[in-house]
Amino acid sequence: MTDASVATRAAVPARGSLVRGLLRRRGAVLSLGWLLLLTLATVAAPLVTAHGPLDQDLNSVLTGPTGAHLLGTDTLGRDLLSRLLFGGRSTLLAVAEAVVVFLAIGVTAGLASGYLGGRLDWLITRTADLVFALPGIVIILVVLAVFPGNLHAAMVTFGVIGSPGLIRILRAQTLRVREELYVAAARVAGLTRPQILRRHILPRLTSTVIVQAALFAAIVVTIQAGLGFLGLGAPAPAPSWGGLVADASQVIDRDPWMLLPAGLPLVVTVVALGVLGDAVRDAAVEAWAPPVPAPARRPRRPMPTAAGVTTREPDPQALLSVIGLTVEIGGTPVVQDVSFDIRLGETLGVVGESGCGKSVTSLGILGLVPGRGRISAGHVLFQGSDLTASPTTLARVRGSGIAYVSQEPMVALDPTFTVGRQLAEAVARHSGCGRKAARVRAVDLLARVNLPDPAAVAARHPHQLSGGMAQRAAIALALAGEPRLLIADEPTTALDVTVQAEILGLLRSLQTETGMAVLLITHDWGVVADLCDRAVVMYAGQVVEQADVAALFSRPLHPYTAGLLAANPHAAVPGEPLPTIPGTVPPPGAWPDGCRFAARCALATDACAAPVPLTEPEPDRTTRCVHVDRLVQEGTSR
Amino acid sequence: MSAASPEPAASCVGTRPTEDRPAALLDIRELTVEFRQGRRTPPLRAVDGVSLSVAPGETLGLVGESGSGKSTIGRAVLGLTPVRSGTIRFEDADITRATAKVRRELSARLQVVFQDPYSSLNPARTIGSTLAEPLLVQGRLTGRQSADRVAEMLGRVGLPPDTADRYPAQFSGGQRQRIAIARALMPGPRLVICDEPVSALDLSVQAQVMNLLAELQEALQLSYLFVAHDLPVVRHLSHRILVLYRGQVMETGPAEALYARPVHPYTRMLIAAVPEPDPGTQRSRRAARRGGPLSAGPLSAGPPSAGTAAVTDRGCAFAARCVHALDICRHDRPLLLPVGAPDRSGPVTRSAACHRASELLAQP
Amino acid sequence: MAILRLVGRRLLSSVPLLFLVSALTFVLVSLVPGDPARTLVGQHATAAQYAAVRAQLGLDRPLPLQYGHWLAGAVQGDLGSSLFSGEPVTSMLDSRLPVTLSLILAGTLVSGLLGIGLGLLSARRGGRLVRTVDALALLGLGVPAFWFALVLIVLFAVRLRWFPVTGYVPLTDDPGQWLRSLVLPVAALSLGGVAVIAKQTRDAVLDTLGKDFVRVMTANGFSARSITYRHVLRNSALPLVTVLGVVLVSLLAGTVFVETVFAMPGLGGLIQQATVEHDIPVIQGAVLYVTVFVVLVNLAVDLACGRLDPRVRAA
Repeated sequence: MTDASVATRAAVPARGSLVRGLLRRRGAVLSLGWLLLLTLATVAAPLVTAHGPLDQDLNSVLTGPTGAHLLGTDTLGRDLLSRLLFGGRSTLLAVAEAVVVFLAIGVTAGLASGYLGGRLDWLITRTADLVFALPGIVIILVVLAVFPGNLHAAMVTFGVIGSPGLIRILRAQTLRVREELYVAAARVAGLTRPQILRRHILPRLTSTVIVQAALFAAIVVTIQAGLGFLGLGAPAPAPSWGGLVADASQVIDRDPWMLLPAGLPLVVTVVALGVLGDAVRDAAVEAWAPPVPAPARRPRRPMPTAAGVTTREPDPQALLSVIGLTVEIGGTPVVQDVSFDIRLGETLGVVGESGCGKSVTSLGILGLVPGRGRISAGHVLFQGSDLTASPTTLARVRGSGIAYVSQEPMVALDPTFTVGRQLAEAVARHSGCGRKAARVRAVDLLARVNLPDPAAVAARHPHQLSGGMAQRAAIALALAGEPRLLIADEPTTALDVTVQAEILGLLRSLQTETGMAVLLITHDWGVVADLCDRAVVMYAGQVVEQADVAALFSRPLHPYTAGLLAANPHAAVPGEPLPTIPGTVPPPGAWPDGCRFAARCALATDACAAPVPLTEPEPDRTTRCVHVDRLVQEGTSR
Repeated sequence: MSAASPEPAASCVGTRPTEDRPAALLDIRELTVEFRQGRRTPPLRAVDGVSLSVAPGETLGLVGESGSGKSTIGRAVLGLTPVRSGTIRFEDADITRATAKVRRELSARLQVVFQDPYSSLNPARTIGSTLAEPLLVQGRLTGRQSADRVAEMLGRVGLPPDTADRYPAQFSGGQRQRIAIARALMPGPRLVICDEPVSALDLSVQAQVMNLLAELQEALQLSYLFVAHDLPVVRHLSHRILVLYRGQVMETGPAEALYARPVHPYTRMLIAAVPEPDPGTQRSRRAARRGGPLSAGPLSAGPPSAGTAAVTDRGCAFAARCVHALDICRHDRPLLLPVGAPDRSGPVTRSAACHRASELLAQP
Repeated sequence: MAILRLVGRRLLSSVPLLFLVSALTFVLVSLVPGDPARTLVGQHATAAQYAAVRAQLGLDRPLPLQYGHWLAGAVQGDLGSSLFSGEPVTSMLDSRLPVTLSLILAGTLVSGLLGIGLGLLSARRGGRLVRTVDALALLGLGVPAFWFALVLIVLFAVRLRWFPVTGYVPLTDDPGQWLRSLVLPVAALSLGGVAVIAKQTRDAVLDTLGKDFVRVMTANGFSARSITYRHVLRNSALPLVTVLGVVLVSLLAGTVFVETVFAMPGLGGLIQQATVEHDIPVIQGAVLYVTVFVVLVNLAVDLACGRLDPRVRAA
């Protein structure tokens, strides 16, 4: 399930936001400023300084900064500022030459390789790999040995040697963008290749090209200076940044000052290019990313624990009691005041659509709230001890008291270790037994989840398993600590329906064998009906209904539950429209004060605008609806 | 859409190739698609000799699990995947290997809605620009006309006109899928390939989009090739269903009949595996299949790896998992043949690729 | 056995690279305006003298033949002689190898240990350390080794006199002095490597920490220590090994500058000197040595990746 509720109307439009995003970043503005200033100053050098770069004044040698020479002079009394500015010209020229070659080869070959594919791709990739393996600086030195002092040749060569990096990146990115469905849709729409390139591919690559060009320019500046420093650049009296450092190196014992004007502009320029590259990348990521949920628009108000709330005492018999759990992510509540109990050996389903907070609730129980989230209120009692109060209790309970199975079996295990080793590690951790015993037990566990040939499976890596096998292995891992409660977060959503049936059957038989309780997170009514004893229905971060499964399916006492059950195509009458719930789930931060379902509810009245407490219309079931009496009546008269 | 509509599904699939049929909009014969997987391993046969047809105004549902080739068939029709052998005819013209020029011309009548509502819209383009894209090719519309058409289409799929100026990021999954449907309908197509169009959506939104697809079909006389893994969804929207396993057709027939009385053991397994949203039913079904193929049968198929799916032409693809398999099933590949006898209601409309089809038909 | 076959195949597949590099240098050299013989005999030599030297150097033969001759020699370990000292190129290069290898080895150790340590710390602690690593990464990019070397000399050799300004003491002469003579060059050489590795480690570890299996392991009670040092580190190592390979090659390039600044008798310094003097045979030999080094580094990286990731191994 993709999360349909992340989209908000507060998102920034993507177009033009790259430039705007860039200008919002201080580092980027400073860098651009420096580079602009540098370009202007070097181009207009004669206007900036009165001294020529070659003007010697043997009376003022190594002066250090003075009024006449702002940055001081060198051993021949030449003005350092002037030499810097005039030397900068060769740097800029070198950067231009190398970057032009770099881009010309990199963009053409990268695009061709990624978009056209086939033999051309093979040829380009192979050539790029070969050139990539060349020792760059040494090749430059060979070129300079052959063409003494010819920096142009050196820089063009460097552009060629650098281009494979760009080719690889652009090829990979083009391949990725080419697979986007909107490109397929454009092909179906009959757009020509140039049209698709122009509308869909090139815009995605622009920022990458800018980033890579900036980083490459940074390297070119360093290399060009390095060549000058080694005495391989422009011949003697001509100024260059590298040459200045070389001059400074001759007098470091007498006048270390000269190192600073000689080196700092170089460092600042390279850093500026680097900062610029990073900023463009960040701005691009921001522009292409799915929108961030809008922050809470209203000031936070106290939790609606108004009068009339039947704050049920936790069942002392319960294995796990969640009491008033509230989870915030980035200051916005995503789960609010959630309470339920699970008894030993029971299966409790938590049902709801994406964005209702069911996964966050399950992770909250284990103290694993994602990202910058935190539990801001409530308690989780497991066998009498409060997991929210003590990290050590929580650590002890994880795996041995409560275990966890996730949605995507293919990424639930460490890809670099064999299944057996990971299981053995879990066994050793929980039972404290030796390595050998743990390995034997690991194979036992794989046999218990009905994997044929468990010893062979133990020797395999996760990527060598099918989805169904991987989910069985993940369940075996969860069983390693002999937990009393298994939290299964959509354990069959990623699987084919026949595999799902097998996994559900496995969970049921394991439960019969071990007597453990199961907390099953799901969006699928069929799975609830198949496996669960009781169910909690969540909507927009709240529990809206809680009941025995048979009662819930036959007589839902919340309009959302009723609507969601009716929308299921299982019960559909052929040829008639499905009953629907209009609208969509409001995202966190856009929750109303009153009933969160009111905007989509056929029963909604003015009474729904006030916060709605959970009530207990019948023994052992709760609902959060002011019109519950009507629903009860309808149910009995049915 | 109405199931009571006079059977446009009467045309038979792949069983009587010589017989004249009502002019099918889409007609696929013996389609085979293979993917190369490196130099040493044999190619993966994703679609293996599939024949099917879609009549005007009809929805044909393709169901199967991952690796069944159902999406590949749709992509082959759209020209997004090269065809190894077989023919694809659309409006009586062979489009199996249509040139880019023909495809451009075809795009006005053959369109697509994809599964992922996030990847299917370019985040950097306004909805208006995305919707106008299929019209670029036609090229005869002025900006004004094209904007009017965009507004009209947005209204049709239930979105406000100011949608055109917004970006995809501002819409939820369900709204994006409505936009994707609007884009497909822009040039006025006759056939829309729906590739899992509702599988990424939440239940309440899924129902909305399913109703929209049905409404549009009726209003615009559309044909759908509806690809999905969720049987109840396919059953609700399709006139006929085609069940695929490892690239081969296992069974085909009218949606209700096939769902109510499946013949092929694979179809039976598939339907039995879908949990009913009714605790009582589930309990009795569980009791019934205790010891049946799902609880004690061989482990379900892994991903179609080279060894398993580079299908040898021998035997039934499903034989290894089938509780009814005989020796013959492992040696001779069953043909897709009509099952049952013609009766009052008309000619035979169901076929299955199973050696024991007639036995199984008698024993529900 | 399989690993030997793999090594063999990889080495074989690097032959085209060696071939390309040497041929490329040869073609480049043939483009030289004027030729080494002219340089050698001087402006005032007679035509006969010039021709004699040309013949002696083999320059009178057509280019492919010259290349074949050089290649035949190279295969037997004969890379010709320096145009200036007349010393055999192989012995010149071999005698300078230990200096450069010491530098690269020490530089790799420092870059790897400091970089990985800093990166891990920054990934786990977050906050200010994240920004420190980002700043360091920029400095590593921005501060050229040759300038940083000079700054280090001013501070620690000229001012504080903790280390020698220049020079190199062989390990066999005096291990203590050898180490002292290496400190500043290695520091100058490693700045970039530390920065790159720290940033990559941080990014790779953060990436891995966000993976599903880390959450599953935490939820199922694996110890934090095992998750970090066994599972996360191993999964992050794959991108890191690749970066380490790139850093190794860039350290080699860095020795050209560092050895020049510190006047160390190594390969890098020799290449610089040969370039200034247009000593073509030496350059050709050096290029061959460097290419072999790059090939070996890439081979090591590939082998390490295969060991670390079963998915790569299968491919």
